Amino acid sequence: MGEMKEHTISVLVEQTFDALPRIAGLFSGRGYQIDSISVGEAEEPGMARMTIVTRGDDGVIEQITKQLNKIVNVVKVTDLTYEPFVERELALVKVTATQSTRSEIMQIVNIFRAKIVDISPKTLTVECTGSRAKVQAIIGMLRPFGIREISRTGSVALKREFRGET
Amino acid sequence: MGAGIEARVGPSEIRLRNQSLEAQAVEPAYDLSGAEILVRALAEQGVKTLFGIPGGAVLGLADAVGRYGRFRWILTKHEQGATHAADGYARYSGRVGVVLVTSGPGSTNTVTGIATAYMDSSPIVVLTGQVPLPMVGNDAFQEVDTIGVTRPITKHSFLLRSPNDIADTVRKAFYIAGSGRPGPVVIDMPKDVLAAHGDYIPSAEIVVRGYKPKIFGHAHQISRAAERINRARRPVLYIGGGVVASGASDLVRRLAIENRIPVTSTLMGLGAFPSDHPLWLGMLGMHGTWTANMAVQTADLIIAIGARFDDRVTGRVADFAPQADIIHIDIDSSVIGRNVQVDIPIVGDARHVLIDLVPLVKGPDTKEWLEQIERWRQDHPLRYDRESQAVKPQYVIEKLAEVTDGEAVIVTDVGQHQMWTAQFYRFKHPRTIITSGGLGTMGFGLPAAMGVAIAQEDGAPRRPVVAIVGDGGFQMTMEELITAVAYRVPVKVFVINNGYLGMVRQWQELFFGRRYVASDLRQANPDLARVAESMGAMGLRVERREEVQPAIEKALSCDSGPVVIDFRVDGQENVFPMVPAGAALHEMIEARPSDK
Repeated sequence: MGEMKEHTISVLVEQTFDALPRIAGLFSGRGYQIDSISVGEAEEPGMARMTIVTRGDDGVIEQITKQLNKIVNVVKVTDLTYEPFVERELALVKVTATQSTRSEIMQIVNIFRAKIVDISPKTLTVECTGSRAKVQAIIGMLRPFGIREISRTGSVALKREFRGET
Repeated sequence: MGAGIEARVGPSEIRLRNQSLEAQAVEPAYDLSGAEILVRALAEQGVKTLFGIPGGAVLGLADAVGRYGRFRWILTKHEQGATHAADGYARYSGRVGVVLVTSGPGSTNTVTGIATAYMDSSPIVVLTGQVPLPMVGNDAFQEVDTIGVTRPITKHSFLLRSPNDIADTVRKAFYIAGSGRPGPVVIDMPKDVLAAHGDYIPSAEIVVRGYKPKIFGHAHQISRAAERINRARRPVLYIGGGVVASGASDLVRRLAIENRIPVTSTLMGLGAFPSDHPLWLGMLGMHGTWTANMAVQTADLIIAIGARFDDRVTGRVADFAPQADIIHIDIDSSVIGRNVQVDIPIVGDARHVLIDLVPLVKGPDTKEWLEQIERWRQDHPLRYDRESQAVKPQYVIEKLAEVTDGEAVIVTDVGQHQMWTAQFYRFKHPRTIITSGGLGTMGFGLPAAMGVAIAQEDGAPRRPVVAIVGDGGFQMTMEELITAVAYRVPVKVFVINNGYLGMVRQWQELFFGRRYVASDLRQANPDLARVAESMGAMGLRVERREEVQPAIEKALSCDSGPVVIDFRVDGQENVFPMVPAGAALHEMIEARPSDK
């Protein structure tokens, strides 16, 4: 108890019209933090998988998972934080680029294995995929050049299956 | 395990048993309107009574109800009244209560009723009209986003989209409302879906994929709990509404009496343990008894069953039961460990957990503990001025308990009278107190009492129904007296009339320097006996102590319709003991602080 920690929670939910507002409403109604929330179709027709990044002490996180489980359309709740998981976020970053800074920006983009997806005389738009931390890092590196716009998806995550043990 | 008590039943049978026994056999039928499908689905669920008010969006459904002819429609004066009535019906009978209202204002008027049912886990299904699907979102006449408005106060909700979904939706709604931790479910019904045609196919099975209430407790946790109880020296059973809802009262009685464990309860748990038993401590919490609160603060073990450690119960949480280990049994895992740290959590239905637990408990030695409790009880009984010539509210309640011998169903409103009822009525049976605990809804009493009386006409056990209300709360829903007259519902309304919003006045007296801002009703209170008479009910007024008992007897002997007794009680009386907000349970004010 006490210490605020970031948690990534994966929720498998029936895709009914009310399921997603119910989940979002749970967070606002009970005052839980949402750092990011993302949702899309899951492997099974009619089901969606939602990835929620939230913060709280152990008590709050326990409440969040229990309350999520109570929602009738929620089929499975997994707190990924305590096991290895893969996590990806997509960001598009439009950054100011002049004649003199353009090549430096392109170097940074290469180092992060990101991509330039749009170019204009005054800007570059960078597509970056990776963990939240990586996306955070490239944005940090680009910020001094002058960021015009950012659009981010929020995390999606799945548990890792194999850790090398036989 | 537990075979000696009762054979286990599967989860799908639980609590819906009664409902399905009375369900009417319904044949498949083809090419019906959505409304006709809906009435058949309701009949299939064993529904006998609907509470509500029709309107444009549900006229087709109202017509189908009338033509089908198997339900009684109780037309209330306000949708809030309909919802409280269905709630009272459900709490008393254990069956799902049904509300039918129109769109827009019809549905928003149910909101207080839905929230009340939600906070106290009462199973109701609210059928709300909705504008035709193509008009949804256009700010159409009498349109409101009912599902959006009610989302935070429902267990679940449905929007009908096709007539062929209706029957299954109704089945799921009743199943969800009545099982697990019960609660309100809304079905929003667009007008065009009710008018479109489809087929009605009876179905036996209900599958709700994400919804699997956990009925049976974990065996290892149960044996840990038994072992802990066996070595307790100062145990206290702390029971709540979940014991009543799950039908576990008889098992709680066994657990307590066979092992000599004293019992306290929340407001919602009253009646689950007989209040004339020597092990009964009284209610605990803000207006609990001295004995119950001290017992909890001194206990070495709290066995909490179907109770959620509400802030009105715990007082200052940091100092709640400081010496005790806590065993917490509840069907809702999210209430376990939420307010207090729990040593042995058991998730499951109280009845089924106790079926497994009771046989494992072997009498802890509580002799000294019970002696201590007896000393508290002797030294700190509930007090009021019994010699007073004024009509004391506590005296009215005590007389009522005497005249009815604790065999009535008492429905209360919210406020001082509610707490005096909890303290001074002698509840003997579960489901004989129906009260708004969690939300604290003034105006609940009269319409809920009406629902209780109507449930009796639908087969629930016959008992006199007494609504104990304050003058403030009564005036919030007293129009439902007209409904009670219309259907000759024999509810007795005892108005504890002190001319104030009494609990507000009490707090203002104790904590706001006696500045009675906006709590004095005396300027404009009507003559309530004459109000009753003008609505067609019997009205009585009691101003002197010696009139109390004859008036109670006269009211109870009238069963042709509602009776209102206006008890003009001492307006200065307060509820004690009282744990001030933010204080610990043992920091009770036991009586009115002497005048400065």
